[in-house]
Amino acid sequence: MADDGIGASVRRKEDQRFLTGKGHFTDDISRPGQVYARFVRSPHAHASIGNIDTSAALSAPGVLGVYTGKDLAEDGVGAVPCGWTITQTNGELWNAPPHEVLATEKVRYVGDQVALVVAETLEQARDAAELVSVEYEVLSANVKLDQASNSDTAQLHESVPNNTCFVWGLGDEEATKSAFNRAKHIAKLDLYNNRLVPNAIEPRVALAERDSGDDSCTLYVTSQNPHLARVILSAFVGLVPEHKLRVVSPDVGGGFGSKIFVYTEECAVLWAAKQIDRPIKWTADRSESFLSDAHGRDHLTHVEMAMDDDGKFLGMRVDTTANMGAYLSNFASLIPTYLHGTLMQGLYTTEAIYCEVTAVFTNTTPVDAVRGAGRPEATYLIERIVDESARIMGLDPAEIRRRNFIPSDAFPYQTQVALEYDSGNYGPALDKALSTLDYKNFETRRANSETEGKYRGVGISSYIEACGLAPSQVIGSLGAGIGQFEAAEIRFNATGNVTVFTGSHSHGQGHETTFAQVASERLGVPIEDIDVVHGDSGRIPFGYGTYGSRSLAVGGSAIVKAADKIIEKGRKIAAHLLEASESDIEFTDGNFTVTGTDRSKSIAEIAFAAYVPHNYPLDEVEPGLDESAFYDPPNFTYPFGVHVCEVEVDADTGEVSIERWVAVDDFGNIINPMIVHGQVHGGIAHGVGQALLENAVYDESGQLLSGSFMDYCMPRATDVPSFEIGQTVTPCPHNPLGVKGCGEAGAIAAPPAVINGIVNALSSLGVTHVEMPATPQTVWQTIQNAKT
Amino acid sequence: MYDFAYHRPDNLDDAANILKINPEATVLAGGMTLIPTLKLRLANPSDVVDLSAIDSLNVLSVAGEKVSVGAMTTHSDVSTSKELMETIPGLSRLAKGIGDPHVRHRGTIGGSVANNDPAADYPAAVLALNASVNTISRTINADEFFTGQFATVLEEHEIITSIDFPIPRRSAYEKFSNPASRYAIVGVMVADTEAGVRVAVTGAGPSVFRVAKMEEALSNDFSADAIAGITLSADDLNSDIHASSEYRAHLVSVMAMRAVNSALTQ
Repeated sequence: MADDGIGASVRRKEDQRFLTGKGHFTDDISRPGQVYARFVRSPHAHASIGNIDTSAALSAPGVLGVYTGKDLAEDGVGAVPCGWTITQTNGELWNAPPHEVLATEKVRYVGDQVALVVAETLEQARDAAELVSVEYEVLSANVKLDQASNSDTAQLHESVPNNTCFVWGLGDEEATKSAFNRAKHIAKLDLYNNRLVPNAIEPRVALAERDSGDDSCTLYVTSQNPHLARVILSAFVGLVPEHKLRVVSPDVGGGFGSKIFVYTEECAVLWAAKQIDRPIKWTADRSESFLSDAHGRDHLTHVEMAMDDDGKFLGMRVDTTANMGAYLSNFASLIPTYLHGTLMQGLYTTEAIYCEVTAVFTNTTPVDAVRGAGRPEATYLIERIVDESARIMGLDPAEIRRRNFIPSDAFPYQTQVALEYDSGNYGPALDKALSTLDYKNFETRRANSETEGKYRGVGISSYIEACGLAPSQVIGSLGAGIGQFEAAEIRFNATGNVTVFTGSHSHGQGHETTFAQVASERLGVPIEDIDVVHGDSGRIPFGYGTYGSRSLAVGGSAIVKAADKIIEKGRKIAAHLLEASESDIEFTDGNFTVTGTDRSKSIAEIAFAAYVPHNYPLDEVEPGLDESAFYDPPNFTYPFGVHVCEVEVDADTGEVSIERWVAVDDFGNIINPMIVHGQVHGGIAHGVGQALLENAVYDESGQLLSGSFMDYCMPRATDVPSFEIGQTVTPCPHNPLGVKGCGEAGAIAAPPAVINGIVNALSSLGVTHVEMPATPQTVWQTIQNAKT
Repeated sequence: MYDFAYHRPDNLDDAANILKINPEATVLAGGMTLIPTLKLRLANPSDVVDLSAIDSLNVLSVAGEKVSVGAMTTHSDVSTSKELMETIPGLSRLAKGIGDPHVRHRGTIGGSVANNDPAADYPAAVLALNASVNTISRTINADEFFTGQFATVLEEHEIITSIDFPIPRRSAYEKFSNPASRYAIVGVMVADTEAGVRVAVTGAGPSVFRVAKMEEALSNDFSADAIAGITLSADDLNSDIHASSEYRAHLVSVMAMRAVNSALTQ
């Protein structure tokens, strides 16, 4: 068992099909009679919609239907909701304007959908879409985040004065003010957290099919979250009753958050499939993905840190303007508030904290969760202001962190910003990272680089996340419209092999392997006899999907609970078969044994007995061996860690090269080290992408300038060094596996590590900050500005 | 894509005839620009004439003092040609730095030069090496060939057949790539030729151009120091989200000095 149980680097079971081209992605699915959809999208960022003439398109070859927002409104189709209500600092509720499936009065970003064309072939649908004539009255665009809430800026939604969705605060404003009043030193920074396009390798796809026989519908969709999609599509958009709708999200080629949400496109396709009674497929092309997948980040922040004479953090205040884009995506309001403000404690004993967030609408693509979702933004501003604090205090960046770390004996630790950290031990992670890097001899390496005309710097980032998104009661009290438990079902077949059904969803994370390891370890069944099924509301009891590094901590724990139920039932069956008392049956390594004897039954034999119950305790237990569990944890999990990198800057060109990367993460217990390393590698690359390369840039008229891979730069293998990865292990005290989650850590830790490294490299020139992405031009310009 | 008729003639005469009969036809010489343009429905040709079956366009030969590269020679073939590595290593290395492996195995020198993308690499080589562009009807000197952004002296449907590169004493190309597209933000080819030292810059302006001041300085003293003080005016240079015109002007100097050093170490 040890070879494929918990702690083993089992090769990913799913890779056989992925690497041999046998995956089943949504676009691989075709249904009999299938036809194709193409959206007519707005070329303008902001315009009033006049007449829409669909007659030419309707008479084009192969066209089956051309639909506008008016058609949907007449049929009573609802708006797509944002599921997290915000109460503002003034006590009033937020301004949440509706997001129509197809725009009727106005378009509000380039790519906004105004019509849907359905035709026999994709090319016919494209041809006809070009024939839809839309009259636009172009309005001035609101694209500058720092000016969005001005009264003279173009207004997006009638119901939202000054484009302001909400002003929200967390922490103790008065206590923070008093901390600043008694401060001896104050560090200040203005930061921009750049907008990211998620760019999963598989674009979004929706294939909707109606079965007129029983008036049910099936939606195949690239979702991280099929059950929630079903709830939203039925209860909120009102398309199909929940019991008549099956949502299937099969193999999904990456999500990074962008596939959590229900998008208007899948609503429109599902509705249209009901109208024409043919299966309709829509597959986004890459250009559409750039425009219409929810973007991430895009925060402007002013942050200040108040310190005493020893560099102890007395108070921190944060003023963030968060870009919502043109409409509220499903969880847009959550990201800059309860996934951002609640992280302001960082790893430090900062005595008073106040964070205020103003969320505004602009004529840009809606913004929502992208890997880390709020926590990268929080970590970036904290770790930058910590470095700036060290600079003005003349302290080593490592030393100022040590002085302010929450001590290991202070847990559970109540933060100033709502969370209670359940566990932590930060010093050893920092020590291990610095010793691996050989931090104490860094200045020698800096001097060596200088002889080659390069500026070398070292950057530290010590981060914490709140992961394992759940507990339902807590998030409910904070405004969530949903729960966040997880469901699992374990079904033994009569022949002793096992199917595990999970409500979480794998779109690259390797759940089919990790979850099988968990089940294998608990049940004593070989891993090759276990299949993990996910992504189908028709097969799985329920689920809240995968995001927020929640799958193992919440979904894995549900599997453990279900396994425990299997074992308890199996114990009763074994006691009967072995003619022993239930209390005398012990279960180890897949065998039920009468204590102190060699009499035992394997779990496979028990399963057979349960399905062929000839000799069976029917008065005590039901036949069959199939158990479900729903797990709702008492708290979030709190992974933490320290990443340290060394960079070299070529001052002639401004190019930054990352020379070393040491990551010491604490994810609690680890099920599959290889998969965890892979997640860390990918996360760091993602974070390096944000720090150095990626940027969604709009021009003044609201056109996305970096709207293709010709201008939007994704990280490549050559942009990162070989990572040096280590761990400390502080198990989560409240879930049965002691796990915390690892999928977002790298993307959270990396950006401040890189920027701190660049600022450190250029400190001799007087550089105190570099904006992300630190492209060669930005770094070069920063150097020029510092020189003058 | 919109519908079009596809032709793959195996000789130049047939290709020219198809183009003559179909005024809305276009030439496919690798398709690294044309295919994405078609896929985005930004072009709507009636006919596409693929030159890849015309063997006479896919020849690379060294004869006397020049290297002749057939128009349909892929970047990969240019970068791996032994004859070229021995005669004009600067040109092999330039080809090796174009795009990515997929592009290098599909894209051709003739397609690149005819397209004259302001950020393409080959135009810098053609101009700095004082090459001649041979077409189906004439030979055009490099100094006359490039006329502006995506513009050349080629007539409509005039097919490039080969490009002749006189072998220089030494040459090198240094490129500062757009991190996303790998096109040149600035690329500088420096060549010490029979016709004197020539410095050609791509990526920085609307079209490839020579830098007389640098050529003069390098003619007197072929060293990086000789051009250390020479800076370009940013006035007529390109500016985009990746690089301002000032930054490009600065990069021209940096890349030119690196190219000289690189040429000297060959």
